[in-house]
Amino acid sequence: MKRLLALTLFLSITALSAGLYAAETLNGAGATFPYPVYSAWAFEYSKVTGMRLNYQSIGSGGGIKQITERTVDFGASDKPLTPEELAKDKLMQFPAVIGGVVLVVNVPGIKEGELKLDGDTVCRIFLGDVKKWNDAGIKTMNPGISLPDSGITVVHRSDGSGTTAIFTDYLNGACPAWKEKVGSGTSVSWPAGIGGKGNEGVANYVQRTANSIGYVEFAYAKQNKMTYTRLKNKAGAFVEPNFQTFENAAASGAFDPKKDFYLWLTNAPGKNAWPIAGATFIVLAKEKTDSNKKVVKFFDWAFQNGDARAKELVYVPLPKSLEDKVRGYWKAHGVR
Amino acid sequence: MPIVPTGAAKKNCVDLLFSTVTAVASLTVVLLVVGIMAVLIRESSLAIDRFGFFRFLFSVEWNPVKQLFGAASAVYGTLVTTAVALIISIPTAIGIAIFVTEVAPPMLRGPIGAAIELLAAIPSIIYGMWGLFTLAPIMAKYIEPALQSTLGQLPVFEVLFRGTPMGIDLLTTGVILSIMIIPFTASISRDAFNLTPPVVKESAYAMGATQWEVVKNVVLPYSRLGVFGGVALSLGRALGETMAVAFVLGNSHKIATSFFDAASTITVTLANEFAEADSDLYLSSLYYLALVLFGLSFTILAAAKIFLLKSERKYTR
Repeated sequence: MKRLLALTLFLSITALSAGLYAAETLNGAGATFPYPVYSAWAFEYSKVTGMRLNYQSIGSGGGIKQITERTVDFGASDKPLTPEELAKDKLMQFPAVIGGVVLVVNVPGIKEGELKLDGDTVCRIFLGDVKKWNDAGIKTMNPGISLPDSGITVVHRSDGSGTTAIFTDYLNGACPAWKEKVGSGTSVSWPAGIGGKGNEGVANYVQRTANSIGYVEFAYAKQNKMTYTRLKNKAGAFVEPNFQTFENAAASGAFDPKKDFYLWLTNAPGKNAWPIAGATFIVLAKEKTDSNKKVVKFFDWAFQNGDARAKELVYVPLPKSLEDKVRGYWKAHGVR
Repeated sequence: MPIVPTGAAKKNCVDLLFSTVTAVASLTVVLLVVGIMAVLIRESSLAIDRFGFFRFLFSVEWNPVKQLFGAASAVYGTLVTTAVALIISIPTAIGIAIFVTEVAPPMLRGPIGAAIELLAAIPSIIYGMWGLFTLAPIMAKYIEPALQSTLGQLPVFEVLFRGTPMGIDLLTTGVILSIMIIPFTASISRDAFNLTPPVVKESAYAMGATQWEVVKNVVLPYSRLGVFGGVALSLGRALGETMAVAFVLGNSHKIATSFFDAASTITVTLANEFAEADSDLYLSSLYYLALVLFGLSFTILAAAKIFLLKSERKYTR
């Protein structure tokens, strides 16, 4: 009996360790924003194929650095690299999932989706030029809503972030004054307001401070049921942030495989598109064909099987048309 | 005749080994410090070339978009938060130490001492979250408006208490930092107080001195070097504290005159912006900032040490 037990134990240990050695691992590093969805996909994928994913969410800047130095199989970045930057370091990139930014407010009496704002007004609020909620411009956009005669408190991110990069890029496109005075990037020199650390920091200040406005990731606002606003998009319609408007933004964006999908998805032209969306990208080293094929296989699987899981986590899957463009790009680069 | 090591030679051998091991251990530390400094200088060379020393140190502009970087606001924030923390913590910590050693009944001394030391064991991220979710709202709602309506009405102090109290500011950060460093100052002061020879204290009591007089005229003078050492240690901790400060200071690169303004410190800037620093100059400027902190801590702690040595000499004379 004892011997049998020992034998089974021995066998199971050998089987287990053999299994561990057989499992292959993909190493990736980069953006923190897509980390939850990549790890959820990787979990399902490893059940199907045995391939494991080791993803370190160290930030987009770090991800680009790691793949440039070829220490990982793929890098992930919220910021698209220009075709020139990619060519310089012999890299290629494709979008993996869509996210975006929503504006959240805490104004007494205003419910979610009730307040309407346009790009110019948002821009002037964040520049500190529109100081009160009952500003004439806001009032004309929102007839029938009573706006208080109180000062607006602007809340922004204090840490460097892809969320800030997308939001400031939107402001760049929304009004020339922003582009001239502040510009866009992962950290900018904010002309007004206070800074919170991370989405949770911004959310906390907005929820605590009456008459404040801030920006957070779509997923964060949705999961925490925050009071988001509607925004006027490029086509002139006031839209709500939801899966559909984000997908519309992605579908109407001019993603071009010939330009390595370099595109900031802000102010997308679609009729019903949310104006502050952004794709998050996977960056590969051109010469690492073998590992690239494995990475591509993983994302191809995720495109086919991962939509439901992504939506559960409040990420917007790529529209089918864009997925096909990405597949074409893989083929053109001989990794699929 | 074979040479057998004599007792003395054997002892020499062991001694040599012993002194070599200790020397290597301490040299490693020195080498590490030199190595860290070398890396900081090498990585920041780009920013040093671009901005120079004085322009970097005295420029308030911190603008990643325009690629203009200056350390003034971060250095200012570091010094102010540390100063506020010391102003709050030194009297409190010394008070605690006096209570524990002189005033409290012996039964209470152990538990209170342990509780104070437990404060030092709490990770700084916990302080940060507690600060953001609990302390900051209390500061914004009760303490800061109260300060504004009292001290803020005085002619000179008015500048220090201007603006809307948000709870995310220099004052809240100072308070959090002071709570974090109190255990260091308090427990070292307590140990120093305990070193006062009981005979001296008892003589003072025999002369009819009150408890207050004994503490003021006997215990404090006797142990002030120890207390000073505790303060210096806390100072080092306050200068370098990152996580707790990152949550409650707001990371605004401005030189604020009011305690109710958001600011930034060197370490917080590094923690907040390092991961997403996307250009070489940006990254290099962050290294430069770290180098400035290195120099700053070194200078302050060296000054404290020199002061300590001087007063020690005066004291033993």
